[in-house]
Amino acid sequence: MSELKKTYTEKVDVCVVGAGHAGCEAALACARLGLETVIFTVSVESIALMPCNPNVGGSSKGHLVRELDALGGEMGKNIDKTFIQSKMLNVSKGPAVHSLRAQADKQNYTREMRRTLENQEHLTIKQGEVCNIFAEEGEDGKKYVTGVQIATGGVYECKAIVLCTGTYLNARCLCGENITHTGPNGLMAATHLSESLEKIGVELRRFKTGTPARMDGRTLDYSKMEEQFGDKKVVPFSFSTNPDDVQIDQVSCWLTYTNEKTHEIIRNNLDRSPIYAGVIEGTGPRYCPSIEDKVVKFADKDRHQIFIEPEGLYTNEMYVGGMSSSLPEDVQLKMYRTVPGLEHCKIVRNAYAIEYDCIDANQLYATLEFKKINGLFAGGQFNGSSGYEEAAAQGLVAGINAAMHILGKEPLVIDRSEGYIGVLIDDLVTKESFEPYRMMTSRSEYRLLLRQDNADLRLRKKGYEVGLITKEQYDHVLLKEQQIKEEVDRLQHTMIGANKTVQDFLTSKESAPLKTACSLAELMCRPELSYEMLSEIDPDRPVLSEEVIDQVNINVKYDGYIKRQIKQVEQFKKIENKKIPKDIDYEKVNSLRIEARQKLEKYRPVNVGQASRISGVSPADISVLLIYLEQVYYAKEKKNG
Amino acid sequence: MDHERKTMEKKDTIAAIASAKSSAGIGIVRISGEDALSVIDKVYRSTSKKKVLSKEPTHTIHYGFIYDGEECVDEVMVLLMLAPNSYTKENTVEIDCHGGMLVTKKVLETVLKAGARIAEPGEFTKRAFLNGRIDLSEAEAVMDVINSESEAALQASMKQLQGSVSKKISEMRDSLIYEIAFIESALDDPEHISLDGYPEKLSKVVNKELANANYLIHTFDNGKIIREGIHVAILGKPNVGKSSLLNKLLGEDKAIVTDIAGTTRDVIEQYVNYNGVGIIFADTAGIRETGDKVEQIGVDLATKKAEEADLILYVIDASKHLEKEDLQIIDILKNKRAIVLLNKNDLDTVVTVSEINELLKDASFEYSVLETSMTEEFGLEDLQDEILHLFHTGQITNNEEVTITNERHKEALTEARDSLLLVQKSIEDNMPEDFFSIDLMNAYTSLGRIIGASVEDDLVREIFTKFCLGK
Repeated sequence: MSELKKTYTEKVDVCVVGAGHAGCEAALACARLGLETVIFTVSVESIALMPCNPNVGGSSKGHLVRELDALGGEMGKNIDKTFIQSKMLNVSKGPAVHSLRAQADKQNYTREMRRTLENQEHLTIKQGEVCNIFAEEGEDGKKYVTGVQIATGGVYECKAIVLCTGTYLNARCLCGENITHTGPNGLMAATHLSESLEKIGVELRRFKTGTPARMDGRTLDYSKMEEQFGDKKVVPFSFSTNPDDVQIDQVSCWLTYTNEKTHEIIRNNLDRSPIYAGVIEGTGPRYCPSIEDKVVKFADKDRHQIFIEPEGLYTNEMYVGGMSSSLPEDVQLKMYRTVPGLEHCKIVRNAYAIEYDCIDANQLYATLEFKKINGLFAGGQFNGSSGYEEAAAQGLVAGINAAMHILGKEPLVIDRSEGYIGVLIDDLVTKESFEPYRMMTSRSEYRLLLRQDNADLRLRKKGYEVGLITKEQYDHVLLKEQQIKEEVDRLQHTMIGANKTVQDFLTSKESAPLKTACSLAELMCRPELSYEMLSEIDPDRPVLSEEVIDQVNINVKYDGYIKRQIKQVEQFKKIENKKIPKDIDYEKVNSLRIEARQKLEKYRPVNVGQASRISGVSPADISVLLIYLEQVYYAKEKKNG
Repeated sequence: MDHERKTMEKKDTIAAIASAKSSAGIGIVRISGEDALSVIDKVYRSTSKKKVLSKEPTHTIHYGFIYDGEECVDEVMVLLMLAPNSYTKENTVEIDCHGGMLVTKKVLETVLKAGARIAEPGEFTKRAFLNGRIDLSEAEAVMDVINSESEAALQASMKQLQGSVSKKISEMRDSLIYEIAFIESALDDPEHISLDGYPEKLSKVVNKELANANYLIHTFDNGKIIREGIHVAILGKPNVGKSSLLNKLLGEDKAIVTDIAGTTRDVIEQYVNYNGVGIIFADTAGIRETGDKVEQIGVDLATKKAEEADLILYVIDASKHLEKEDLQIIDILKNKRAIVLLNKNDLDTVVTVSEINELLKDASFEYSVLETSMTEEFGLEDLQDEILHLFHTGQITNNEEVTITNERHKEALTEARDSLLLVQKSIEDNMPEDFFSIDLMNAYTSLGRIIGASVEDDLVREIFTKFCLGK
């Protein structure tokens, strides 16, 4: 909509387009760093809306929220204020895969986030559809953003723009044969921006995602389902939340299952599912968004889990987790009513699939800035991801880097060995993806080091350097770090003799008696023993907080594994630290295979590690590239004497 | 910058065999680095036992012996080239060994024991390059050579990759990555993929790959490289003409005959070279009947030999009817490639080709039938042609016995083995499944280094793997 008449002009530092989970984080980060920021939304009521599942966190997504919090993001704090049930998942497995998930009161979540935005200094909320993004060629021949324009004609001149359009761009909702041109939850779609983006050189593509139905809770029979309680002792998401404040009365969720009857109805109506037909290709087995997909892919499974989750405290609506679908509503009704407890269900909002414009994130640097357009950043579902947490994490990084860009400071890049956020962004910008990217535990190579329990130890420093974490918060982490180190050290150097007290203690814990003296740390490595248990034979131990004790336990118990993983990281860093000059001409790298050359030219990786992860670039190509770099490096060195 | 480079580069002393493996005569072990002289001092003794090489001037040559402790390893000539006047610009020592490949390897091992580290492929050139021995234009020339040859080199290494070691390593990696992927997908999707009983299953896989790794490491230690070739076992009842067949096969003018002690005392192996293809014939004791029973020892030996063989020559005396021992032999041939030799002598022929075909029509192995006569010397050339044909068409390979010949490979295998042992320990300790993948991945990566599938190594190491060792 370039012919839109300019009606008024405002001058700001940053424009954030979209007020979903990514947009909120981006806007808050910029404003908190002192930059005049405007956040645009098509509807103020839809700020931080959860148009799909009513929860935050979950396997590996919980990690993202903890990391985001460590960096100074808002999502963790907001869910701590508004959750109605919380659970640490996978506690029977190793600490690497423990993950926090909380049910949110959706309305409350939105309201609290909106309040935080409204009260944030330097931040303005503006309702309006952004139609144009302006970029001009600078003196250096590169493109720079100059501002945005909204549908009423108002122009906001700025130095940086963060695009967080989520699923709104040219959105189309599909429910069987019924198709509407709306955004999620029937909201207005953004229909003008795509054209403007293409005009300035952004390449767009289309992705689809879906959501299940919401039921009238009064029509469900919970006696046929298994009740799912929250944890007795709730762990908050945010490192800044006082754990005492989150010990609330929790609501229950409910577990039920599909059955053969359900599957039969789905199979018989597959031809009426717009999202299903022909789309299975390219979707991995681990990622199954719709019940149609599950039934087809896991044909041998006679049932699938269905979680019935409350949408909030002030509504009857219940979310049917695990049963998203794009089948027509009449089929949905039949299908849902085969599930035990849902026999008489009434659908308040039907399940639907949504189609929207987004980008292939390989157009971005790991800073989430467009490679070809200075000052244009992007985060969230617009980058081809899926999920609130993935969106928020990117929004925060994009926002921070927009601010760093304006302030002329070093950008924030988290690498794969530092956080799930690093894995998420690196995957998005270097790997090819043909479906919305969802964070999964398996995507992280170094997950024993990237635990949800140590996100503060890993990332507070970065948050502090960026300016979103206060000195006091950072000092707290430094102290914690020191206490952990000292205590681990003490345990490793405190020897325990094979005396009667010790042997009696060990016998009482069904642990083998000692043959010779050993350190407390060695005893702690026994699966049946823990730090807490050893207090009996370790009376002189210092008084430590629970969070420190947790870390001590993990660090001592899994010491060998942690050390081996650290070695893996060292290997990774070696190649990750080999920078590729920005002006490299791949045409001059003789022996690259054509495919590798094209891919490298397209992605323009910033280091060799990143280059090695691009699909289509083989280890042999990397060797060739390394030879070339060494040649250039050596030549320069020689010239410089 | 130059200073930085120096501190960055490791300055340890490296050693490797610098001569081509195929050349028979002199083997060269090259040592380079600051400690090259102290290393050679530890292992070298002159005739008078008085000479100390580190006191000798550069570019001199010295006669003497290499000693591993009190054991004399080889009689050698030692060349001294002191820094900076050597290829690497470091202290360099070359040991010319005279005892053939095995002894050269032993000399290298002795040098390694004395404090040198095994050189990575191309490491001498890497040092020459980094120490400025090769200047920019020369370096570029070398790079161009690498570049221009990379296509061919790639193909050559691909051939190696399809070869025995890589095939084996790839199989091991496939099996490991399958388990890694399984654990990962179970973590991602616990609803659909269960880990119940999985540790026991994984334990079996790990045990199998441990055995594979150990076996390959073992082959290196045994220096089996010399025995590379097609293993052919000759089976048959006694007196069917096996021995005369072997003699005829070995009696060719162009055949080089060497005796190599076999792995079992009762089997003698003979090495022949047909048109450049090495063939190792193993003559088995013969399967005979004692009383009504087929002698078990003979069967066991033949079975063992047959298992190790790439090809089996099954000799039948055409003048006698087939007996139950023949059925026993046919049983041994299961899953093997075989050539059935219908050997005629002066007596009347009672077994025909069609009878053999009838007998073997349900056989689980591939075979061909040839008629031969040792007395009239016919069919021998057909047999040789058939063996070569089978080899050239890839129906038999000399890859059955996979051997490791490269120190670097051995190191990587040892690392992989150690990682697998850690996986075993994790299983025994009842660790949660997600802990297994750390060491499984390490094993997978270590194996990947052998076949160049892991990109993780040092820049320079990566770069110069494209060079051949020693140059």
